[in-house]
Amino acid sequence: MTVQQDLATTFAALGDPVRRQIVERLALGDATVNQLAALFPITLQAVSRHIKVLEAAGVVSRSRVAQTRPVHLEAAPLTRSADWLEAHRRRLEERYARLDELLEKRTP
Amino acid sequence: MSNERTVTARAGEQTIAFAREFEAPAAAVFEAHTDAGLLARWTGPRGTELTMREFDARTGGSWSYVISGSGGSWAFHGCFHEVTAPRRLVQTFEFDDDPGHPSLEVLTFTDLDGGRSRLEGLSLFLSVPDRDAMLDDLDGGMDENFRRLDELLAARETAA
Repeated sequence: MTVQQDLATTFAALGDPVRRQIVERLALGDATVNQLAALFPITLQAVSRHIKVLEAAGVVSRSRVAQTRPVHLEAAPLTRSADWLEAHRRRLEERYARLDELLEKRTP
Repeated sequence: MSNERTVTARAGEQTIAFAREFEAPAAAVFEAHTDAGLLARWTGPRGTELTMREFDARTGGSWSYVISGSGGSWAFHGCFHEVTAPRRLVQTFEFDDDPGHPSLEVLTFTDLDGGRSRLEGLSLFLSVPDRDAMLDDLDGGMDENFRRLDELLAARETAA
């Protein structure tokens, strides 16, 4: 999978508010599906589907060992998408810094 | 200087949203986006030259320019879908070398206290890969040193 495809998959996985909340919760530590489901007013099955999307995108992984199969947050894809957005942000900032200079000349 | 005077950006599925504040009123920032001469002075990587081919910043008008530098030249064009001074600008954007992948940009200009203003932008792409490719497309000339505007502004300052 190319970096672009990775990014697309990561952003798509994070393009849902429930999945973003799951990621935020997992940033605090591993959690079971039941623990995650308790955070939302939706069915266990629905939460489980969201976790599968995150897992397919490589954003989270599930333990093969422990009986409860806790969900674990994988840092690498999130770091890559943050880097991409940061590069874009820097480019915009560079452009607007030029606009600042121009505005400064024109605003008394 | 406010912390808000740097771009904040976030990405959704096919969008990039950003916000930036300026030490100038909304009308001045809007003008810098809709006056061809002004836009040319801050658009494109430093070290490049922007040549306007067409620029009619009215609702229904079109724009087209070429950015040239030592690494080559890149042409872009689009339409002004809505030009409502000094609050709102809606335009399309397309890279001539990659036709069929336009994006839609909605810019909102809001006055703040103390003669400052806030710009909010939303870019909507046709697909997630289009959105991600945008950085690659535009990065061609972006790593060059940005010197030209500095020189221009310095020259103007000296002349003034």
